[in-house]
Amino acid sequence: MESVNIEKLLEKYFEATTTAAEEKQLKEYFTQGDVAPHLEQYAPMFSYFSVAKEERSTRQVSLKTRRYIYQWVSVAAVAVIALGVFFGRDYQEQKEAEFAYLETRKALTLLAANLDRGTEKVAYLNEFEEAKQKIYKNN
Amino acid sequence: MTQSEFLNVVMPFKDKLYRLAKRLLVSSEEAEDATQEILMKLWSNNKSIGKYKNVEAFAMTMTKNFCLDRLKSKQSSNLKLVHSNYHDGATSLQRQVEAKDSVSWVERIMEDLPEQQKMVLQLRDVEEYDYDEIAKLLEMKPTAVRVTLSRARKAVREKLLEKHRYGIG
Repeated sequence: MESVNIEKLLEKYFEATTTAAEEKQLKEYFTQGDVAPHLEQYAPMFSYFSVAKEERSTRQVSLKTRRYIYQWVSVAAVAVIALGVFFGRDYQEQKEAEFAYLETRKALTLLAANLDRGTEKVAYLNEFEEAKQKIYKNN
Repeated sequence: MTQSEFLNVVMPFKDKLYRLAKRLLVSSEEAEDATQEILMKLWSNNKSIGKYKNVEAFAMTMTKNFCLDRLKSKQSSNLKLVHSNYHDGATSLQRQVEAKDSVSWVERIMEDLPEQQKMVLQLRDVEEYDYDEIAKLLEMKPTAVRVTLSRARKAVREKLLEKHRYGIG
């Protein structure tokens, strides 16, 4: 194909006024290998377009699977939260009970200590009583 | 529509979706994800798929919008670091690469184009859609498509000539 014709087509090409058929002609010219030297600089463009068209997606299409995973994730999350609240409350109650027990124990210890002190004082009273008895006996 | 019917409709243009996505997102991983996402979306409303006159065009528009959203979202702010699908020239003999290299220049040149130009160039010169289809797909006026296409082609030419003159830039 004469390069004059190609030059004209190129001009139209860059003005985006070429038809699909003309563009095909250009592509064919630039990919067949025998390109006029002064037009060689345009070759990579057209060969790239042909290469780019061959690119394929390699991943298999999977329908559904992902969606289901997300659904189950939400179910699992709800379960975890529910269990957390349930056992969390149990734990809280246990803590409260323990605290109450400790407080009660403290109070009882205090009471016991004071009672001991009370009996000590009562011991003095006994002394007094004994002394009184002695005096009674002597008289 | 059953799953196999759906796949029959979708498979012929799946690669086109992928290529458009890759043109916009650059990373092939991202592009695979995008393609998958689009097909999932199509599948999820497969009951209404019969209503669309042209499923392919619809899917292409979806891909375009999806990818542009991805690019806009903050999520993709580090996207540029992700793509690893450049050929590593260092490992192969320079001589071998040279021929392929000038072709992959064009790929890189296209990466630097504005999104609109990328898409038009992709759809016209790679996928060979006609102007009206492109206008519909990209939701543009036909004249605007031509203007953008002309600009894109000239931009590629200019960069290519630059490289041609100075060698690998």
